[in-house]
Amino acid sequence: MGENRLALTAHLMRRAGFGATREELETLAEREYAELVEDLVNPERFPPVDEDVLERYYGWLEGVQGKVWSGVWIYRMVNSQRPLEEKMALFWHHVFATGVSKSDHPPSSIQQIKMLRRLGLQDLRTILLELSRDPAMIFWLDNNENHAADPNENYGRELLELFSMGVGNYSETDIKMAARAFTGWTFEQPLGLYPCGFYPSRFTYREDDHDESEKTFLGESGKFDGADIIDIIVRQPATARFIARHLYNFFVADEAQVPAWGTVPPRDPEAIDTLVKAYMDTDGDMRSVMRTLLNSDFFKESQFQRVKSPVELVVGTLKLVDTNRFPDTNVMSYPTATMVMGQQLLNPPTVEGWHTGKEWIDGGTLNERVNFAVNLVADTSKPGVQAIMDRLEKDGGSLTPSEFVERCLDLTGPIEASEETRAALLRFAESGGDLDMTSSENGESTRERIVRMLQLIVASREYQFA
Amino acid sequence: MKERSQEPVLVVLQLSGGNDFMNTLIPYTSGDYYDARPTVAIPQEDVLPINDTLGFHPSAGPLKELYERNKMAIVQGIGYPNSNRSHFRAMDIWHTCEPHEVGTEGWVAKAVRELDPRSENVLTCVSLGKGLPRAVVSSGVPVTSVDNLEAYGVMTGIAEEERLEALEIFKHMYTPAVGAQAAMDYLGNTGLDVLKGTDMLKKAPAEYKSDVEYANNGIAKSLRDVARIHLADLGTRIFYTQHGGYDTHSRELLLHEQLMTELSGAVMDFYTDLEEHAAGDNVAILVFTEFGRRIRDNGSGTDHGSGGGAFIIGPRVKGGLYAEYPSVVPANWLNGEDLRHTIDFRGIYGTMLEQWMGVEAAPIVGGTFEQVHPFA
Repeated sequence: MGENRLALTAHLMRRAGFGATREELETLAEREYAELVEDLVNPERFPPVDEDVLERYYGWLEGVQGKVWSGVWIYRMVNSQRPLEEKMALFWHHVFATGVSKSDHPPSSIQQIKMLRRLGLQDLRTILLELSRDPAMIFWLDNNENHAADPNENYGRELLELFSMGVGNYSETDIKMAARAFTGWTFEQPLGLYPCGFYPSRFTYREDDHDESEKTFLGESGKFDGADIIDIIVRQPATARFIARHLYNFFVADEAQVPAWGTVPPRDPEAIDTLVKAYMDTDGDMRSVMRTLLNSDFFKESQFQRVKSPVELVVGTLKLVDTNRFPDTNVMSYPTATMVMGQQLLNPPTVEGWHTGKEWIDGGTLNERVNFAVNLVADTSKPGVQAIMDRLEKDGGSLTPSEFVERCLDLTGPIEASEETRAALLRFAESGGDLDMTSSENGESTRERIVRMLQLIVASREYQFA
Repeated sequence: MKERSQEPVLVVLQLSGGNDFMNTLIPYTSGDYYDARPTVAIPQEDVLPINDTLGFHPSAGPLKELYERNKMAIVQGIGYPNSNRSHFRAMDIWHTCEPHEVGTEGWVAKAVRELDPRSENVLTCVSLGKGLPRAVVSSGVPVTSVDNLEAYGVMTGIAEEERLEALEIFKHMYTPAVGAQAAMDYLGNTGLDVLKGTDMLKKAPAEYKSDVEYANNGIAKSLRDVARIHLADLGTRIFYTQHGGYDTHSRELLLHEQLMTELSGAVMDFYTDLEEHAAGDNVAILVFTEFGRRIRDNGSGTDHGSGGGAFIIGPRVKGGLYAEYPSVVPANWLNGEDLRHTIDFRGIYGTMLEQWMGVEAAPIVGGTFEQVHPFA
């Protein structure tokens, strides 16, 4: 098994999932890359996470702004045998950014994420249709205030601007028409908060509040309903291009932020063209588009070209140290960890979603990111840390400082480190001389040096990149 | 000895969750107040009166003392149009000064950009507590986020003597390299800023001596950190602190009593601490909350409402009552259930920015709003 193959498998699992343990990687790397991609884009080949166990263990999932549920979502990211399914849910959560902040109604936000998980790899028409019927979205963008007699444009506008086509590809009139087509699409609350507690809302269509009149939208005319608008939207090449750019930014390499897309060309126009073609050839089938993306050379060549989102950093580190394999109360602390790094699940800051790339990083968040990972790898009771120690021991004999650095970079990634980082790590390795793996009397200090090396590696700049 | 910097310093203290202003500064002679609050009212005989109609919560004695020393301006009835009762949205509005659209730039961050346009000092703005409030966030504005002053910085989980070596390696790993991609460089600079901040902040706990004994709670700890950093004279112009737990939907009387005790004690200790060090003359504190609470109680607590209050405290503050206390007469209630605000919060930010910090307010708060004049 070549080193490149292992590195490529690790890259695939970081991007299409949230990382993998070394053992998992080695098993996966035995198989053909394209086969791995097929498994990823066909999640139904693998069993889902056992909902009963989660319900039984965690009980009141909706509580405290959905924080418990967010913790359990992180548990799923760590444990799901369908990693791309979870990753797509997170991808769409970035794009269709809906904040629980406005509604204070976690069950509806949770319902939305479940929908995104269920539909994430289907065709865009299905996804947008369900999104438009989603109570959390309807409330977030005021479609419940969008009446036949008094239209509210918020949802119509964002559907075009942020969820499908991007600015510059439609007129203000198109927005008005789209808004009118979605009049009457609202939700109802089956049970009141007091005294029933939280129950998810459900979609309802009010025919008497729907604008039946003739509408012209993107050059087509008819007595359009919301579904007709979506039919037209998903056929637009602009939509294919916009979604392609989102996918590229999330799965391939950091792009300019959405508001700049009207003026800043894509980082790799050919890659976008490839994704657009995959979209247009399959009527927006996300499974096909993702297959194309993950099998492409531009994807394979994009290792470490994205700053990890806080969720990726936290879950990736949990995978590295191989922890939280069973339900456990400590998953509750992870939503706070991602929040202080700038990403509160279920609560993106605005409808534009989280700004990504280097915008994840500032003095405060860098502290949090570094300290989270540094503290976690220091815990030698974690199976993943133990496994690294065992492997180094199994190497037997002693490691020169340079071997010590290279082995650790390999076992934590493999991570591609710059010359500067390698030199800095080597300084540390050299300060203790050769790493003696033979004599048991040095066992404790050897272990401490390994832990310190792992801490330094996860504190590096390189570790911030996926 | 080098003279202390005399540049104005602002300490923002955010009461998170929506403080019940009616039970903080109580209209203790109003029958309407007691009618609306059969359960969650402060009995007249317990109120600490400051005049014939208003008085402080019984646990807010230290605030009353500051008020009587003429060092505390009370801005009554602060709010914004189209009040939204969601905490997060309300807090966003306070943080970004954008009541209509969702804003992304924090007002404090915009002020910091004016105060330190070339980002020369990583400590120009220091936020205390976990995570950064959006008020201090804006692209390209450095802000230092300190949760625990003793343990500020990266790799704080490592024992002190070994941490120095680890930090040295960290510094080498983050040193920008020729030809590196832009994001790598940016990360490098941010990492080095963190080290710079760590280095400067070390001085704060090391040099600090005080006779004031702060209580053992979150806000007291944060304000003590503010005092220590301020006294170390590191050039910080704006501090941001938070006191959480004000979302008193139930068991309010019990919870609010504790909050008032913590808050007023911490503010008084902080005030005294700076006074003792003759370092308070250039400091003003702004205490605010994202909204007030519903006028009627719910039998155990109060639900989200509007029309809160703010305090401006400092040696150079001209104490007194500012703006008007919202009417508690039912006919005047907003939407039949809420206090109607009498002054826009952006005018209060404007007051602090222009009259205290010397920074033009309009571009930061998005317009010109009525200000108060609480500085002597």
